[in-house]
Amino acid sequence: MNIILNGENTEVGETASIQALIERLELTGRRIAVEVNEEIVPRSEHESHQLAPGDQVEIVHAIGGG
Amino acid sequence: MAAILPPDPMIQTRDTMTNESPQDTPLTIDGTTYSSRLLVGTGKYGSWEQARDAIEASGSQMVTMAVRRTNLGQNPDEPSLLDIVSPEKYTLLPNTAGCYSARDAVRTCKLARELLDGHNLVKLEVLGDEKTLYPDVTETLKAAEQLIDDGFRVMVYTNDDPLIALKLERMGCIAVMPLGAPIGSGLGIQNRYNIRTIVENASVPILVDAGVGTASDASLAMELGCDGVLMNTAIAEAKDPVRMAGAMRKAIEAGRDAYMAGRMPKRAYASASSPLDGTFF
Repeated sequence: MNIILNGENTEVGETASIQALIERLELTGRRIAVEVNEEIVPRSEHESHQLAPGDQVEIVHAIGGG
Repeated sequence: MAAILPPDPMIQTRDTMTNESPQDTPLTIDGTTYSSRLLVGTGKYGSWEQARDAIEASGSQMVTMAVRRTNLGQNPDEPSLLDIVSPEKYTLLPNTAGCYSARDAVRTCKLARELLDGHNLVKLEVLGDEKTLYPDVTETLKAAEQLIDDGFRVMVYTNDDPLIALKLERMGCIAVMPLGAPIGSGLGIQNRYNIRTIVENASVPILVDAGVGTASDASLAMELGCDGVLMNTAIAEAKDPVRMAGAMRKAIEAGRDAYMAGRMPKRAYASASSPLDGTFF
């Protein structure tokens, strides 16, 4: 399955849930926030939210800034 | 005799009958009281260690951060901003810097709220032009309205227009942050009369955000009666950021004390400091 992950067309295999995607990207336990098709997916729904081909997924974190 | 100049709107004189200056009250934002009136950014530092040491030296209790895409495949042991400025120690202020539309700013705030476990205090900044990084006021007003409706507590970056500042306050922004000069310019406060008017009109905290270049700029903002100052580049781009952070801490305190003390009136000519009685010549 292909999704648009942080702006890049990405093949994510059989990955089905947000949680599975986070594990696949080795981001487990990191402070991140996830948006799918411009809607926040709360942490509590990472396990249940199923990805669909072509989904636009953004994974963001906090960085230094003014 | 020295003539006293007409009242200067810049001068906040105090009650000359009692000669007492009023008791200061600490800066309060969204129900939290801060002993420091200096807010600092966390961008542009040479290293995490330098950022951490400068923030520590500034005495600041509220720091801004940005929200950006996670670098996928990065070293998992690399520290993140939140390891350096822990949300337990500092009030984190997610900033929508880099957004050029209300839509992007609102999205950024929602991601920040998710990132920080429901924390809804944000700094709204919608830019209009890459050359000046000047705020796009119409988009800022639109974003502020949407964010306030969605339960965010909005501290808003805007230009130094007193009418817009008042409008943002009346919409429900909890602090208004006019620029002193363009972001990262270090030009200092360009229109002190506007900043003064914004302070006079306001019943929410007014913080100068952007434009401070050195310590005297920060002092001036405080002498004008501002409740605080937010800065990043003036510290991060100093040759010695940690030392500059300490200088800014003192400048903010000195400026606030000078404001509370009530400065002397300006005169056109001299006024001798030594008594004229008892001279023997």
